[in-house]
Amino acid sequence: MGRLALIAALPLLGFLINGVVGARLPKRVVAAIACVLPALAFALTLERFVALPAGGAGMTETLFTWVAIPGLTIDVSLYFDAIAAVMCLVVTGIGTLIHIYSVGYMAHDRSFARYFAYLNLFLFFMLVLVLGKNLIVLFVGWEGVGLASYLLIGFWFEDPEKTAAGVKAFVVNRVGDTGFILAAFLIYAVVGSLDFQAVNAFFSTNRVADHITTTIGLLLLLGACGKSAQIPLHVWLPDAMAGPTPVSALIHAATMVTAGVYMLARLNGLYLATPSAMSVVAWIGAATALLGATMGVTQFNLKKVLAYSTISQIGFMVLACGLGAFAVGLFHLMTHAFFKACLFLGAGAVLHALQGEEDMRKMGALARKLPFSFATFFIATLALCGIPPFAGFFSKDEILSVAWSSSDGMPWLWLVALGASGLTAFYMFRAIWLTFFGTSRVSPEAAGAVHEPPPSMSIVLGVLAAGSLIAGFVGLPAVWQHALGVSAPFYAFLAPLFPTTSTAHGDVATEWLLMGAAVLVALVGIVLAWLRYGRAPEPAVEPVRPGPLHALVSRGYFFDTVYERVVVRFMDWLSESVLGRVVETTLADAALATPAEGARRASRWFARLQSGNVQAYAFYVLVGLALTLWWTATHD
Amino acid sequence: MDRYQFLIALAVLAFATGLLGVIIRRNLLVVVMCVEVMLNSVVLAFVTFAARSQTLHGVAMTFFVYVAAACEIAVAMAIIVLLVKRRGSLDLAAGYELEG
Repeated sequence: MGRLALIAALPLLGFLINGVVGARLPKRVVAAIACVLPALAFALTLERFVALPAGGAGMTETLFTWVAIPGLTIDVSLYFDAIAAVMCLVVTGIGTLIHIYSVGYMAHDRSFARYFAYLNLFLFFMLVLVLGKNLIVLFVGWEGVGLASYLLIGFWFEDPEKTAAGVKAFVVNRVGDTGFILAAFLIYAVVGSLDFQAVNAFFSTNRVADHITTTIGLLLLLGACGKSAQIPLHVWLPDAMAGPTPVSALIHAATMVTAGVYMLARLNGLYLATPSAMSVVAWIGAATALLGATMGVTQFNLKKVLAYSTISQIGFMVLACGLGAFAVGLFHLMTHAFFKACLFLGAGAVLHALQGEEDMRKMGALARKLPFSFATFFIATLALCGIPPFAGFFSKDEILSVAWSSSDGMPWLWLVALGASGLTAFYMFRAIWLTFFGTSRVSPEAAGAVHEPPPSMSIVLGVLAAGSLIAGFVGLPAVWQHALGVSAPFYAFLAPLFPTTSTAHGDVATEWLLMGAAVLVALVGIVLAWLRYGRAPEPAVEPVRPGPLHALVSRGYFFDTVYERVVVRFMDWLSESVLGRVVETTLADAALATPAEGARRASRWFARLQSGNVQAYAFYVLVGLALTLWWTATHD
Repeated sequence: MDRYQFLIALAVLAFATGLLGVIIRRNLLVVVMCVEVMLNSVVLAFVTFAARSQTLHGVAMTFFVYVAAACEIAVAMAIIVLLVKRRGSLDLAAGYELEG
């Protein structure tokens, strides 16, 4: 087995051990297996990363041929290039940290081994997803992470609401997957291959009819929307917060939900050939960034605020991809993985301290009781809001700058993204003030037990906060590079893979101006949050005048309601009235009832022969004998 | 009609008579006697053919048939006795216990 295969196989081994015999092993052993194997995978990824040749060439590992029929050969092969390296490092690195955190967080759970088995299974499929060399292998991972996500959202399956959230995530993802599969069929019909490199090369060199390329691009976007929770398929992600908090951090913030962005970046050659699909991608991303942020403003559940924030931030990544700045999208993916994982795990520390209380109206004044958790949460929040020099500033600012100045960008996109970025600062500081400051609204029985998390959780929080602080420095924007005389290793690393990405920057003064505007808007958001929630000792938790706008936003723009009223009702009606009453009765009659009646009649007729009369039987023997004799006489 | 033809015709007639009796008579003893008639008609046919072909095979078969017939009648009489004890009647149709 090659080393790339080993990277993916190590978590699979953990899944098998913990899944099969984990329930009989002591928790200590289960935790060791679950954490050491991903850590080994991370070490192997690092080794491969160091060994990666410069210039964009990747390493290929073909494991076996899966399908071999004339005209179609599908190899199970893995491919490790700069994009896969970034994704693998994020997945195994953040993944390992979250495994370690989970040891403390899940210490008292009955299904300790099952939890780690699922988590390792998720890592395995995620690595298959990012290492796959063709669309089919990617799709295996794509579906696999969906399965792991379903299992982990519904991890506490005794609660029907949580199971329903898992089912919802699975079903909504099916819609996106339909688009993905149709796109794969179309790509195969056009290109004759599903290999990423072949597909990208084909679309960048051959002229394909515009409508076909655009259709493929839009169908793939539908797949990305499902997996990455973009409008209009974002509805599953807020519900997915039903899972354990480390799961939300790993799957629903740092890694799985960014798979759509990864796919867009992976198929950059295809997308660059279809400007119309690209602008749809950009606008979907921008709209999601803004709407996600507005929805975050009205939530009182700490985890749901972060969930909407994730939706919004992935919107930024998709926006960057839609503008052709794939490297910038991946950079934001990387920094976001750090600070959003840190935020979720910080929220997990708060939940852990409050015995699972998620409502921010029942928190407050926790900064003094949980100083370390607060410090890490605060650093990650600053990173998310885009305050320099935290990681999020560099990545988000670059996206804003691309939105303004790239050849496909325009001020409107920039304005939408800027608004989203201001709202981000507002809702995050709203969460900070409601959770950590003001007067304590913690219920008296929970207040006594508030405690800082155990070391296994604190260490991870510290590492991620440090990452949120420094991860941005590997990808400084161009003007900073010139001003400081340094390079941006992240962009240099990815540059050979996105050859046509020419982010035509405006002049230096515009760049600084845009940057200043972004920081200013973030600060305005923070100040507004302080005015509204921080200044008064008892923060106003309800809107001043709840109007129709508040209803619209707080109920998630009625996406869920519309789906419920239109899609679910229609399906119910279809299955009940049409399929149940018409199709099923007709089919059942034709296929079952009629033949059954025939068989019953025939058997009644034959039963008459069995009269019980011995002489009748003797007569039948005679008849049979006579017929046999007659037949032999005439046929010989 | 020569001698052999006459004897074979007689055997066929006896066989048919026996068969008819087996099928339509309801008295158990008569049915068993009719079976014997059929056996005897077959033996007659064997002997006729043996005499015509001047061989002994047919004659040898006669002994086998009679041994089988003797065994058969012994078993059949035992069954009849039990049936009569059970039903109190010699009528074959007294109880159609195996009606389907």
